[in-house]
Amino acid sequence: MLVFRYDKSFEGLLTAVFDGYTRREFPDLLLGEADMPPLFFDEIADIYTDTEKSTRVWNGLKKRMSETALYMLPEVWLSELPEVDMLLFRYIRKTFDSKQSIELNFGDPDVMELTKIWKHVSKERLRVIQFVRFQKTSDDIFFACIEPEYNVIPLVLNHFTDRFHDQRWLIYDSKRDFGFFYDLKKPVEVHLDGKQWDGNGCLNDQSAAEDEKLYQKLWQGYYSSMTIKERINPRLHRQNLPVRFWKFLPEKRK
Amino acid sequence: MNDNVLEKLKTLAESAKYDVSCASSGTTRKHTQGSVGSASGWGICHSFTEDGRCVSLLKIMLTNYCMYDCAYCINRRTNDIKRATFSVSELVDLTIEFYRRNYIEGLFLSSGVVRNPDYTMERLVRVVKDLRLIHRFNGYIHLKSIPGASRELVDEAGLYADRMSVNIEIPNETSLKTLAPDKDFQSVYLPMQYIQQGALQSIEERKHFRSAPRFVPAGQSTQMIVGATADTDKDILNLSSNLYQKPTMKRVYYSGFVPVNEYDKRLPALKQPPLVRENRLYQADWLLRFYQFSVDEIVDSSFPNLDLEIDPKLSWALRHPSLFPVDVNLAEYEMLLRVPGIGVKSAKLIVVSRRFGRLSSWQLKKMGVVMKKAQYFITCNELPFHHTVNELTPERVRGLLTKGAKKMNDSQLLIPFQD
Repeated sequence: MLVFRYDKSFEGLLTAVFDGYTRREFPDLLLGEADMPPLFFDEIADIYTDTEKSTRVWNGLKKRMSETALYMLPEVWLSELPEVDMLLFRYIRKTFDSKQSIELNFGDPDVMELTKIWKHVSKERLRVIQFVRFQKTSDDIFFACIEPEYNVIPLVLNHFTDRFHDQRWLIYDSKRDFGFFYDLKKPVEVHLDGKQWDGNGCLNDQSAAEDEKLYQKLWQGYYSSMTIKERINPRLHRQNLPVRFWKFLPEKRK
Repeated sequence: MNDNVLEKLKTLAESAKYDVSCASSGTTRKHTQGSVGSASGWGICHSFTEDGRCVSLLKIMLTNYCMYDCAYCINRRTNDIKRATFSVSELVDLTIEFYRRNYIEGLFLSSGVVRNPDYTMERLVRVVKDLRLIHRFNGYIHLKSIPGASRELVDEAGLYADRMSVNIEIPNETSLKTLAPDKDFQSVYLPMQYIQQGALQSIEERKHFRSAPRFVPAGQSTQMIVGATADTDKDILNLSSNLYQKPTMKRVYYSGFVPVNEYDKRLPALKQPPLVRENRLYQADWLLRFYQFSVDEIVDSSFPNLDLEIDPKLSWALRHPSLFPVDVNLAEYEMLLRVPGIGVKSAKLIVVSRRFGRLSSWQLKKMGVVMKKAQYFITCNELPFHHTVNELTPERVRGLLTKGAKKMNDSQLLIPFQD
């Protein structure tokens, strides 16, 4: 059993592909640097992330697949699922070893699995776009806190930069403890220490803008009036609006 | 902005909520310098009410005072409900502030008819015009066109709205006349025609001048109430099918009749809204728009109503067993679409991936084909290991597929009309 150990970054994974082709042998298992090796193995090879190698792999992929399929790869990586690196590794190998692009061969289990994960990630991205709720702070920054299942905040930046290009905003992923701040130029990654919000992502009274509470109340009032009592359907409601987002939504907060 | 506004907001939302149209799709617009917002082509739902419907736009009425007395409407003149009217600045402020907090995609503005259709329409146009020109709002706007409004006003409104709609409400004119004595089909179809003409004209102009203004780029929609009159599904679907022939008609919505005015004896007494029938109508609507079905295949004079127990596609397939089984490895895309259990997405996946090799049932399952239904209608690499619909007979398949399904609540099937 051959084990590759790498730094659990996307570039690292691409480097591992490169090293695999150089060695003409491919790993049965991919490990992070901190992971425990399995009980039995023949060799552990350490992969040192190298941008030159990873760029070559990326450029190679570019020639062999459509742009849509190519950008699926980093998005699938952001799912952060435990086995996803091995899946990507197999997919990339199949792409290199095949004469034509395999991206449409949905009969292949790896292609189907990758597509499925990509759909999950896209769905989560869409949910963040749907359910981010900004609160205006006293210094006119629109702040939102959310905990997506996958690491999708980097994928929503284009949308929010386009839509709210004339307001300063901050979207924070409190599960992964990082976020992006847009200061009217471009979003930059930030990590905040002194938290000014509670577990539900609600701003403290002193940091929220004066009229923030009022607009939340208006929104709550509107939301509850919109329900048609004769048609209540809690199952459909939960399906469309997953419970895990409720604590961040002013309309679902009591 | 104060509690007074909150009260108004509640009252007017309460009045607007029976309009089912919710889509914010059809226009893609990037931000421009100095404006607020953008529009994304596929539409975004920002929240969902407890009845499971989406909240995408701020669906609100400018006023719920109304001079009409339509039997099915909560805002009819003779109803004793709370009435309110928004001022332009209140409405504009609410829209922008909600939008900036990512609560909504834009505004869906409607109104009760006060004084006369033109007066009302003019006020609606003033709100959208203000929103677009003074406040540079760049998000989505859906504007209701008031039945009977004049051409000039519709033409002006179309320049600022993304989508416009006029509701038909009742699918035939005699019933409409009984329930809504102040309306006729003319007053509904004329604005619809104005919208269409404006849109087509703008498309033509934009071919010559790129800067020519766009006119309702997301097209128009309409809605019909289901179950308030004795009309069959055949009447409703034939009307929808005709409407979809019009180049700008994007959606026809169906709204299960909610008895809001129980005292009115012209209306049927329902224990609950006809939700199953509404759902079946939407499924049939999808068959018309995405599955290349024609309306006579779904309903005809011998089947004037949709089967409430099974979906319209399955019902069609069971009436035409001779066309099955379909070989998924050979059949054309159009035929794949007609197999119960195969949708648009899985049909597309099948077509592209069968180039790489023959497909088996486990692969179909992974692609999202509902094998529970599809197994009786297809052959693939190793299927049929079961008997197909031909050996089993359609009645047997129907029995197998409806077995264990929740027993139908027959309060929905029972519509006691009084004549």
